[in-house]
Amino acid sequence: MDQVIGNISVLMTAPIFNFGLLIDGLLIGSIFALAAYGLALVWGVMNVKNLAQGDFIMIGGYLTWCLGRLGIHPLFGVPVAIVVLWVIGWVLYRTVISKVITRDLFTSLLATFGIAIVIQQGLNLTFGPDTQSAQAQLPTWEFAGGLITVTATRVIGFIFAAILAVAVILFMKNSRMGQAIRATAQDARAARVLGIDTEKVYSFTFCLNAAICGAAGALVAVVWNVQPFMGTTYSIRLFVIVTAAGFGNLPGVIAAGFGMGVFEQFGGFVLGAQFQQALIVLLLLFVLAVRQLQQLKVRQAVQ
Amino acid sequence: MSDAIIELENVTKSFGGVVANRAVSLKVPRGSITGLIGPNGSGKTTLFNSIVGYHPIDAGSIRFEGSEISTLRVQEIARLGLLRTFQTTRIYGKMNCMKNMLISIPHRKAGFFDMFAREHSGVVERAEQLLAFVGLYDKRYLRAGSLSFGQQKLLEFAMALMNEPTVLLLDEPTAGINPTLINGLIDRLKRANTDFGITLFIIEHNMRAIMNMASTIYCLAHGELLAAGAPGEIQRDQRVIDAYLGVH
Amino acid sequence: MNGAALQPLTFWLLLLFGVTAPLLFPAYTNQIAVLWLMIVFASTWDILGGQMGYNSLGNIFFFGAGMYVSAVVQIGLFYDVGLYTSGARTIHIAFSPEQYFIGFVLGIAAAGLVSAALAVAVGWIVFGLRGPYFAIGTLGVAVAGAELMASWEWVGAASGISMPVFPGGPEAQKLFFYLLLFGLAFALLLFLRWLYSTNFGLAINAIRDDEEKAEAMGLHTRRYKRTAWVISAFFLGIAGAIFGNMTGFIEPRDIAFPTTTFNIFMVLMVLLGGKGTLWGPVVGAVVFHLIKEFTWTYFLGWQFVTLGLLIVIIVVYFQQGIVGWILEKYPERFGVKVAPKEPRSIDGQLAAQPEGAE
Repeated sequence: MDQVIGNISVLMTAPIFNFGLLIDGLLIGSIFALAAYGLALVWGVMNVKNLAQGDFIMIGGYLTWCLGRLGIHPLFGVPVAIVVLWVIGWVLYRTVISKVITRDLFTSLLATFGIAIVIQQGLNLTFGPDTQSAQAQLPTWEFAGGLITVTATRVIGFIFAAILAVAVILFMKNSRMGQAIRATAQDARAARVLGIDTEKVYSFTFCLNAAICGAAGALVAVVWNVQPFMGTTYSIRLFVIVTAAGFGNLPGVIAAGFGMGVFEQFGGFVLGAQFQQALIVLLLLFVLAVRQLQQLKVRQAVQ
Repeated sequence: MSDAIIELENVTKSFGGVVANRAVSLKVPRGSITGLIGPNGSGKTTLFNSIVGYHPIDAGSIRFEGSEISTLRVQEIARLGLLRTFQTTRIYGKMNCMKNMLISIPHRKAGFFDMFAREHSGVVERAEQLLAFVGLYDKRYLRAGSLSFGQQKLLEFAMALMNEPTVLLLDEPTAGINPTLINGLIDRLKRANTDFGITLFIIEHNMRAIMNMASTIYCLAHGELLAAGAPGEIQRDQRVIDAYLGVH
Repeated sequence: MNGAALQPLTFWLLLLFGVTAPLLFPAYTNQIAVLWLMIVFASTWDILGGQMGYNSLGNIFFFGAGMYVSAVVQIGLFYDVGLYTSGARTIHIAFSPEQYFIGFVLGIAAAGLVSAALAVAVGWIVFGLRGPYFAIGTLGVAVAGAELMASWEWVGAASGISMPVFPGGPEAQKLFFYLLLFGLAFALLLFLRWLYSTNFGLAINAIRDDEEKAEAMGLHTRRYKRTAWVISAFFLGIAGAIFGNMTGFIEPRDIAFPTTTFNIFMVLMVLLGGKGTLWGPVVGAVVFHLIKEFTWTYFLGWQFVTLGLLIVIIVVYFQQGIVGWILEKYPERFGVKVAPKEPRSIDGQLAAQPEGAE
């Protein structure tokens, strides 16, 4: 407890620290926002709540780490992860997802959770349980006399995330497939009637999401670290973001992503790193409780 | 006219920007069969949903047996004796008809330990009688979900009767029923009213059926009350005819 | 054989097997004891998931809570808990046999009661959620339990707690815990058999089939949901207390709150065996346990991957489970009647009218 109070007073006496945490939070939050967008996409289009999202991210991260170990600059991990995860997404869609889309929602949840477990255990067996990070050997900039440090890696991560996000958004707006995806999300049956191959749309969407996660994972490996069982934390994190914002609400999801990043930085600083997972889970319960209260006003449950 | 068992006053309900019901006022006389008609989209089911507490209303008051119920939840209103059947006919699909009936006993006075009771033979007998009343006696051990649509509708009706309601709101009870069977259904509805003393408030599209049964009819259009009166008056009311034919 | 007569016979067979197994297969006593635990897991999950339609991914929370509550009671009655957990590695603290058993009995009682109380509290948080939100919300509760215990120094944080040592030889210990777990499982099944025959069984099935309809018929849905949760929590809490003592060492993430293993296994066992039946979860637990033991022995290293694959296979291809499949193929054997598929004549309906109709 004294630790916590001590940390809070540090923040209050040296406001410049707040700024540093804020910047870090936004930089990391950009990656969250990107991955959350993917989750919201799959949710909105196929009504599949992908509990393996965080684990896709971890795969992307480990791929990047491997590249780093082979001497290739880890930032090349982004395109590699995109391609590999796209393929993995395609395989998973064909073998599992396509069969559970039409079933009840718990089935798809459990199926994706099963995939998550397979990935986690597979990564654990292949790479071991230690936390890994891909070093990018980039400079660290200092401001305000050393009180704020901003690593170039994080800035680059932010830039990459922003580029990817913009690319995806432009794609969704302007391309035929993007339009088909949006149409299917609004009304799948109508889309089919109008000649859209919804199977292709679902497959594409799932692959796109996997690729987004791959890219996010590559960035995570460089900017932060990866560990086989971290996937669940990410999945919960992203789920909180999408639930809080509402999955149809794109700007909300992005804003919530940044918000989550900032929240975690402050929370981690004040409470200490070991509470990180607990904090995220408690936030999940908080968001769900708030949703319930909102729904209670209109006498509905959170469906 | 006998006193009103349900009384709506200026009930307004909107969803987002769409006003589904606007300042609707009506009275359902005790012991009567009252009809609610109107073209599609006129807000009839929304009005029912408001009455049974499915959603809160924006303005107005809803009184049942003289007490305000617009702030109560669905379960509480149901336990007061105000039940409804659904347009889509909802029953408990994986249980057999008998069990559907047994769980439909009134829960008004159910205490904590009633959860663990077993229904005594009197209740079982009553369930069988009601199932016979709707003609489902020999199907009573069949899985409810495997019955035909019309049979499920009858089951839903029997379940409602089992619950000993004071008022029953029926949402399109003849919809989807084979025309040759509608007379039987109308007959049963009337008997529920006369023999069991249940007030009926019925949404209907089948004009012949509702004109046959109801003593008072309300007509909604565009969310507002358009006309009210005895069946004969309503049938001749030009505004009602226009509403259905889509004039203006 | 008639379905109704099958029931009491199965109970007698189960009792017979349970009591004689340690004598017939002494080398496997511990494994069979875990089998009884799995049956408790599966049957308690089925109350909520199979019978009531609330697919919980957080039942393990009560198992872990019971485990910790019992540990705290067992230790706290005689020593300072904080001191014990911090020093357990270096100091050997002894419990006399009286201390052990008194602590154990009180510990189990406290575990059941506290878990039940927690169920009421947790119910407040999660019962406004439906479907996948409920699943994820309950998963969150389970993970929260793990994380909170892992951060709390007083109960040993991530290092866990060394439980009091059983005063007796290893053979006696095996038998003791075996009988406790078997007793719990058997009692649970008897209890559930009674429970499902009362209004409670009807009510939770109604909630599963159509909760809004149940509400519209005036059913006290909240009361039933809360009670179902409390019942599950009570048995899970006791199971946790027993298991914690059986393993001798408790730890938050892998033993008390194993969210990605036993927490999910309970769902799989029920899906495999058949949701919403009394014996489905039992069958599922047996089959699953056998498969698990087999893969552990022969696929060591890849067992979790195999299990993950099993999840996917069961969920995708075999949803109704073994008992569900049997019921579908031979419904009449078990007293379930389904309407014939061919259309009935119109007269059939009118002819069934009561006497005196017009």
